[in-house]
Amino acid sequence: MTFNRRRFIQAAGAGLSASALGFPAVARAQSGPIRLGLMTVKTGPLASGGIDMERALVQYLKEHNATMAGRKVELFVGDSGGVPAQSRTKLQELVERDKIQIMIGPLDTASALASDDYIRSQQLLTLSVAAAEDMTQRKPNPWFTRGTSTSSQSAQPLADYCAKTLKYKRMLTIADDIAYGHEMCAGFQRVFEDAGGKIVQKLFPPLTVPDYGTYIAQLKTNVDGIFLGFAGSNGFRFYRQFNEYGLRGKVAVVGGMTAFDEAVLRNMGDEALGIITSCWYSADVENAINKRFVANFRVDWGYDPGFYAAATYVEAAVLDATLQKIHGKIEDKQAFMKTVRAITVDTARGPVRFDHLGNVVGNVYIRRVERKDGRLVNRVIQTYPNVSQFWTYKEAEFLKNPVYSRDWPPAKNLES
Amino acid sequence: MQYWIIQTLNSLALGGLLFLLAAGFSLIFGLMRIANLTHGSLYMLGAYVGVTILKFVPNLWLAALIGGAVIAIFGGLIERFILRALAGNALGQVLVTLGISFIVADFCLIVWGGDPIPVQTPLALQQPLRVGGVAFPTYRLVVLAIAVVTAVALYLLMERTRIGAMIRAGVDDMQMARAVGIPVSKLFTAVFCLGAGLAGAGGIIGGPIMSAYPGLDADMLPLALIVVMLGGVGSLLGAFVGSFLIGAIYTFGTALLPDLAYVILFLPMIVVIAFRPRGLFGRQTV
Repeated sequence: MTFNRRRFIQAAGAGLSASALGFPAVARAQSGPIRLGLMTVKTGPLASGGIDMERALVQYLKEHNATMAGRKVELFVGDSGGVPAQSRTKLQELVERDKIQIMIGPLDTASALASDDYIRSQQLLTLSVAAAEDMTQRKPNPWFTRGTSTSSQSAQPLADYCAKTLKYKRMLTIADDIAYGHEMCAGFQRVFEDAGGKIVQKLFPPLTVPDYGTYIAQLKTNVDGIFLGFAGSNGFRFYRQFNEYGLRGKVAVVGGMTAFDEAVLRNMGDEALGIITSCWYSADVENAINKRFVANFRVDWGYDPGFYAAATYVEAAVLDATLQKIHGKIEDKQAFMKTVRAITVDTARGPVRFDHLGNVVGNVYIRRVERKDGRLVNRVIQTYPNVSQFWTYKEAEFLKNPVYSRDWPPAKNLES
Repeated sequence: MQYWIIQTLNSLALGGLLFLLAAGFSLIFGLMRIANLTHGSLYMLGAYVGVTILKFVPNLWLAALIGGAVIAIFGGLIERFILRALAGNALGQVLVTLGISFIVADFCLIVWGGDPIPVQTPLALQQPLRVGGVAFPTYRLVVLAIAVVTAVALYLLMERTRIGAMIRAGVDDMQMARAVGIPVSKLFTAVFCLGAGLAGAGGIIGGPIMSAYPGLDADMLPLALIVVMLGGVGSLLGAFVGSFLIGAIYTFGTALLPDLAYVILFLPMIVVIAFRPRGLFGRQTV
């Protein structure tokens, strides 16, 4: 390599600035803005939820003057399109170009799994929305904290409610054929059967099935209820076709945390009335923080926030509270992780705290679709307080079992 | 027994919907040798445009006609201004149509948002039809009837009219058709409009069953591909038989072996392409 004059000056300049200004640069970074990354989905089929995630987070920052613990917060948004590989690339961009110090997201499980080793290697503080069970169970990531719910965390109380309050004895489950659907149905099945019920049929249509007609024709109608574990728009599409076949009113329908989200409800009509679902959030949750959140969100966007909007709003509150405790020093990652797993925060979903694996312990709400002020809402009819990802099982015993899946726990009561 | 009756009706209804989608795809592919990957997007765009039209014209059938015309014009523009410039460049055309499909998807997301939008079933057809204890959605039977009527109309168009004869000539031997003075260029545009219009109208007619949602395009395109590969490129009969065949295979396959839904769907296509590359009724190889 030739070493001309220009190159020499560049090299000398770089060395000089590094040595002379190095320490002040670090000090300046400490008092500079906190760089917050949001990994979401703004294009493709998952965009509806992803856009809500951004809107709610922006709202939180606006309400708090874009300041947390006395430091300004700068937001950088990455769009993964719901494609795991792209999610990984965008995350790298957020970390290496935008120098984010903490990430909220990603939205979907597959993207979270694809980013797992990168999060570890970069020691990137992560407040996640994705529901994959094992990320806070058998393969915990030390930088990963989840303020929403594992796949089954909200389904397990619903199973309890079905068995004990609704006195259902026989049920069937139907969910998307993806890990999220498997895990949710497995948790539901385990709790329901432990409470004396029987799951007599389990169906898993492909995620992108064009028509549910064939599955609906297979449904056993001699059951007390059907559990829907769908995500995105699939619950909505399934239920419309369910009606078409004249099954509404014949068999009761209950749903998981994403099946009849507020985002879906606003496009539904009276056919949804009376459906019971469970989730860690509802726009109807009664507390001052949520009231303000919902009111402001409605003013800006004209509809009720649901699962995804609440997710980033809650994560932002967790971030804010943690930063207050450590006086805004987000650079001290160890202190951040220690603190975030020890605090209790009041959020829009109610009080939350975290277990030692980084997963949330908080309320899960049983909700019923009702009409209020002319629109459909998920009215809270019962609250299960402080629900852990292990439900009422002992952690050690829970973790000894394989992760929830299509085949575990085995379904012993299937009828053909 | 009841179960089998319902599944049989299901397979027929799905077949009818597939035919509306695949007929246009097959004609375009057969005549122009273009694997039009925007076809799923045209279907989705039809569904969304239908949603908007229904706000002003509260009649699904009228909305399907208007929407179909809108999508036909859109298809014509694509053909005239984009695909025309790439004549003979098959790879370029595939990539361009793929690109357009992504653009359409994001356009729909911006205009109609990311939430699924239901299309109301016409009031008179909302109640399921009950015959001897079997309940079946009335609307699906109507869709089946529409598909059959469309098939007959297309058949008459292809077999009994001058333009149909020209299209068939073009499918069979393009160069010879040109040589005997058939205006192949105009024919291309006409067929593309027709195919696009069918897809768009199909999107609206399928709306009450499937709704309009982001990703509808990607859900439908592979089905159109399978039907056409199975039935034979450019053959109306092939598209018709293929649609109902796939409808039946899919319905009974997923009913009997629910875990293998996609294997069941794609396996027949692979077998047919491997052993009979021209498809069941096609006259040329793909």
